[in-house]
Amino acid sequence: MDIYLPIAEISVNVFLILGLGGGVGFLSGLFGVGGGFLMTPLLIFIGIPPAVAVATEANQIVASSVSGVLAHWKRGNVDFKMGMVLVVGGFAGSGAGVWLFTLLREMGQIDLVIKLSYVVFLGIIGLLMLIESIKAMTRHRGKKSQQSKSKSSRSWIDVLPLKMRFRRSRLYISALLPLGVVFVVGVLAAIMGVGAGFIMVPAMIYLLGMPTAVVVGTSLFQIIFVTANVTVLQAVSNQTVDVVLALLLLIGGVIGAQFGARAGALLRGDQLRGLLALMVLAVAVKIGFDVIVTPADLYSIGNVVGH
Amino acid sequence: MFRGRHILSLPFFLLFVAMPGSSSAQLIVDLSNHLVAITTGFTGQEVLLFGTTEGEGDVVVVVRGPESEVVVRRKGRKMGIWVNESEMIFRSVPGYYAIATSRPLSEFLPERVAARHQIGVSNLRVNAPENTDPEAVEAFREALIRNKIRQNLFFAEAERIAFLGNRLFRTDMRFPANAPVGTYIVQIFLVVDGEVVNAEITPLVISKVGFEAGVFHFAHRHSLAYGVLAILIAVVAGWTASAVFRKG
Repeated sequence: MDIYLPIAEISVNVFLILGLGGGVGFLSGLFGVGGGFLMTPLLIFIGIPPAVAVATEANQIVASSVSGVLAHWKRGNVDFKMGMVLVVGGFAGSGAGVWLFTLLREMGQIDLVIKLSYVVFLGIIGLLMLIESIKAMTRHRGKKSQQSKSKSSRSWIDVLPLKMRFRRSRLYISALLPLGVVFVVGVLAAIMGVGAGFIMVPAMIYLLGMPTAVVVGTSLFQIIFVTANVTVLQAVSNQTVDVVLALLLLIGGVIGAQFGARAGALLRGDQLRGLLALMVLAVAVKIGFDVIVTPADLYSIGNVVGH
Repeated sequence: MFRGRHILSLPFFLLFVAMPGSSSAQLIVDLSNHLVAITTGFTGQEVLLFGTTEGEGDVVVVVRGPESEVVVRRKGRKMGIWVNESEMIFRSVPGYYAIATSRPLSEFLPERVAARHQIGVSNLRVNAPENTDPEAVEAFREALIRNKIRQNLFFAEAERIAFLGNRLFRTDMRFPANAPVGTYIVQIFLVVDGEVVNAEITPLVISKVGFEAGVFHFAHRHSLAYGVLAILIAVVAGWTASAVFRKG
């Protein structure tokens, strides 16, 4: 059964899109990630124009983050005060990101920048996760090294102004730190068409020093607003949000996520992280290959935008 | 509109000047459908073109989609990665181009006539930038056509026009799902002894209708409301999913 997507302006097989949504949803339920970093490249691969893929995926992540955050909210694992600070920085970052996206699109470099962002960030994060999970697997029974971060290494951070107390996260830090981190992540989220949880979560643990328990819920809370902002900005400046595509993706996604979450209960945490790391690295290597290997046709065509 | 009239007048001019002796060779054509409606289930559509000629001759059909500006970019290797290095903008590129002929073109149509009427992808005038190295223009032009052919929007090979008896002819024009919306121009040439002796022109419109048109126009005319609605749908969907899951 084929359906014509009104914004992407191509005809796609409904079951292919539902299947993609389901497959990525399964993995995101399994690993507890948004899955944008898998979905956006897959959409581009099946022929959705990159600009539409990025904007539409942001819209879909709104849905998956809402359903994810509700579960964490019930368990009290969302730091709303930190979340609001992150939302402010994320709004600014994603706004700058969409502006940059439009600019790069006019310059004809958006495809390359999207690909390079994927290679660099997925590569780094994947590698770090892989190393961490291999370490955890080799000394499976041994205690994890407890928060060994010394106070002295954060001394320059302590002198920043605008200190705030975050009770739920048991932190007393300058608001500039989370604002700065989330600004950068917001830019990446807008350009890569991802929620960027895979960057935000480690950043919250290692840079902000937040307790692991509240990290995922707070990150999801923040992602809702950042991706909602990206959706509106992309809709206004590029008209590239395809609601029909988003709806199909999220139907498949929510169903897949349920099965994924159940399957996830059968595996150990370090095994899950190891598998996720391999998958992240595989995407980085695949996209990295595309950028390096001589293309079949050196020439490409596009519509003239921005006139 | 201007281009359409221009093309129309040329064959009539030829008719009276180049073929003073011949009686006017009649050419009557029509399409099975002048509106291709893009609905939710649209996967492309075929349109039947049929017509009659009076007397002997070959028939050529040229279908051109709405024109737009197209940018062609060339990649080059920089520090090991492939980067778009140079670009060239062609100002009037048809969004679709296909031809159909009653016989292989080379058998009945001299190249100069084909070029004059822009018959065949190699004869397409796409308004290349001026004051540019002609070799570069040619390379970019070829790349443009190659890419359009790959997208199934240009066709290098001519479709066959079938004659039923020696007067009645028909051909199927295939429009893929990615055919751009807008007004298409269908030109029909009657060729006798290597010259165009008559021509007809008929429009064809490809348009989104119903739901597809509604979503598209909403997204473009009220883009802020569209964006907000997209978020609302996502929030409701996410909420519903978690509610259903909690019960199940």
